[in-house]
Amino acid sequence: MSPVTRGFRHLRRAPAGQEDRVPPGQYLTDGFPVLSAGPTPHTPLEEWTFSITQGGQTRKSWTWQELRALPAETVTVDIHCVTRWSKLDTVWQGVSVDTLLDQVEHDAPYVMAFCDGGYTTNLPIGDITGGQAWVAFDYGGAPLEPEHGGPARLLVPHLYFWKSAKWVRGLDLRDHNDPGFWETYGNHIYGDPWREQRYEGD
Amino acid sequence: MDAVDGNAIGGLLVDVFGGEMTLAGSICGTCGARRPVAELVVYRRAPGTVVCCRTCGSVLMVFVKARGVTCVDLSGLASLGQPERL
Amino acid sequence: MAGTALRGRLTWQTAAVTAVTRETASVVTIGLNPPDWPGHQAGQHLEVRLTADDGYQAEREYSIASAPGELVEITVERLEGGEVSPYLTEDLRAGDELELRGPIAQYFVWEPGDGGPLMLVAGGSGVVPLRSILRHRLRTGSDAQARLLYSARTLPDVIYRDELDRGHDGVQVSYTLTRGQPPGWTGHTGRINQALLAEVAWPAETNPLAYICGPTSFVETAAAGLVGLGYPPERVKTERFGATGGH
Repeated sequence: MSPVTRGFRHLRRAPAGQEDRVPPGQYLTDGFPVLSAGPTPHTPLEEWTFSITQGGQTRKSWTWQELRALPAETVTVDIHCVTRWSKLDTVWQGVSVDTLLDQVEHDAPYVMAFCDGGYTTNLPIGDITGGQAWVAFDYGGAPLEPEHGGPARLLVPHLYFWKSAKWVRGLDLRDHNDPGFWETYGNHIYGDPWREQRYEGD
Repeated sequence: MDAVDGNAIGGLLVDVFGGEMTLAGSICGTCGARRPVAELVVYRRAPGTVVCCRTCGSVLMVFVKARGVTCVDLSGLASLGQPERL
Repeated sequence: MAGTALRGRLTWQTAAVTAVTRETASVVTIGLNPPDWPGHQAGQHLEVRLTADDGYQAEREYSIASAPGELVEITVERLEGGEVSPYLTEDLRAGDELELRGPIAQYFVWEPGDGGPLMLVAGGSGVVPLRSILRHRLRTGSDAQARLLYSARTLPDVIYRDELDRGHDGVQVSYTLTRGQPPGWTGHTGRINQALLAEVAWPAETNPLAYICGPTSFVETAAAGLVGLGYPPERVKTERFGATGGH
């Protein structure tokens, strides 16, 4: 058992009265740490598309202009990263995933979000619909920077932030809850910060 | 962005391999590039650590540590050699 | 049979902090007294582990600033918003204890037998392992020639300045200041580039051995610059910090 290091505290916990906003094991940050599993992709907007795919077919696809022409929302949400930092009251603008999925008839129970650079993450349909998820292109009132996932990332704030896939390019409709990139290596298949579901078996 | 090199994960490699590995020779399974681990591209502070080929960018190694056990994926490597003095 | 635990480089041990010396406004050097230190090579790291009272642990690797044979020292730069460096640079004091293990990492290492001439290129706190190398060169009486090109934001940001200017016979030290210069500054200014390297670096014909350490983009620029001047890539050793400068 390691000795306690005198005076070492980690990043601050919630301000008084806001403890219920910070999940167990998390600490607040003022910054916005950049966490990546690879180099920052740069797809030119004229080539960028967002697609709903299924069984190897593209069911529906939007260009950047078409996505931006859809009704968008501004949301203020708390985000929680599995590496223990949480950030409260982050402001995003994006298209609700409901708006996108409503245009495709399907009964798939799961999706695999796929991204530039090859990153994937899996999600149940019930967690990205009903106003719980967005394809976000603005952060803090400005266009989302590439290092934070721009031009657009998935935003699913009620789950650990690795599920909010950066550089998202689409959702593949799936019958099975196949694990995505980090889930394959032992991150929890679902990822609820309030139940501290960081790793498989939590 | 957040990329460093294999020098930064010396301790992780000791935990996984049981000894010094920054000098170990790596061969990329995709493009064949040869480099000591110290010269590979390392992305840290994601849910895990990802090590990529500096020539072609392919993922060579992934390490995820959970509850004291490190999950290791070396499938991107063609080979990983003994530490060798360059 | 319950014998002695296998002590040494791979196991954690608790070291006394013997001194915390301020180098610059954001940098301190921490003297450590690990009870079971096996010795280290110039350029190696040690790993520090901090434990909060709820059991949470954070680990970080740092370059060892001292030479083989000297007391163990690390030099740490405070990173804005960092989790560990603000504690080490502002709260830690002599008499405290730190858990550490090492030495770790054998790639970015220099021994007198490797020879020279040495071309050392430092970006910010990247000077730390290079200072270990320079001290080792001095202590072993190596006749390898050495040059150091050290890029820092301003003169007050230069770590070990007195030692670098006065303490290493025969080492040519050049500074380039990237954000501001004192009046009358006659050294270099601006970020490192191939033109500056062409002016300052050993010519490739001298068969130099280069060590470059600093933030990732600094290292990439310097390495490309030296290779562009004819240095064989296998004689250019690189160690990259993150963009913000720490391990």
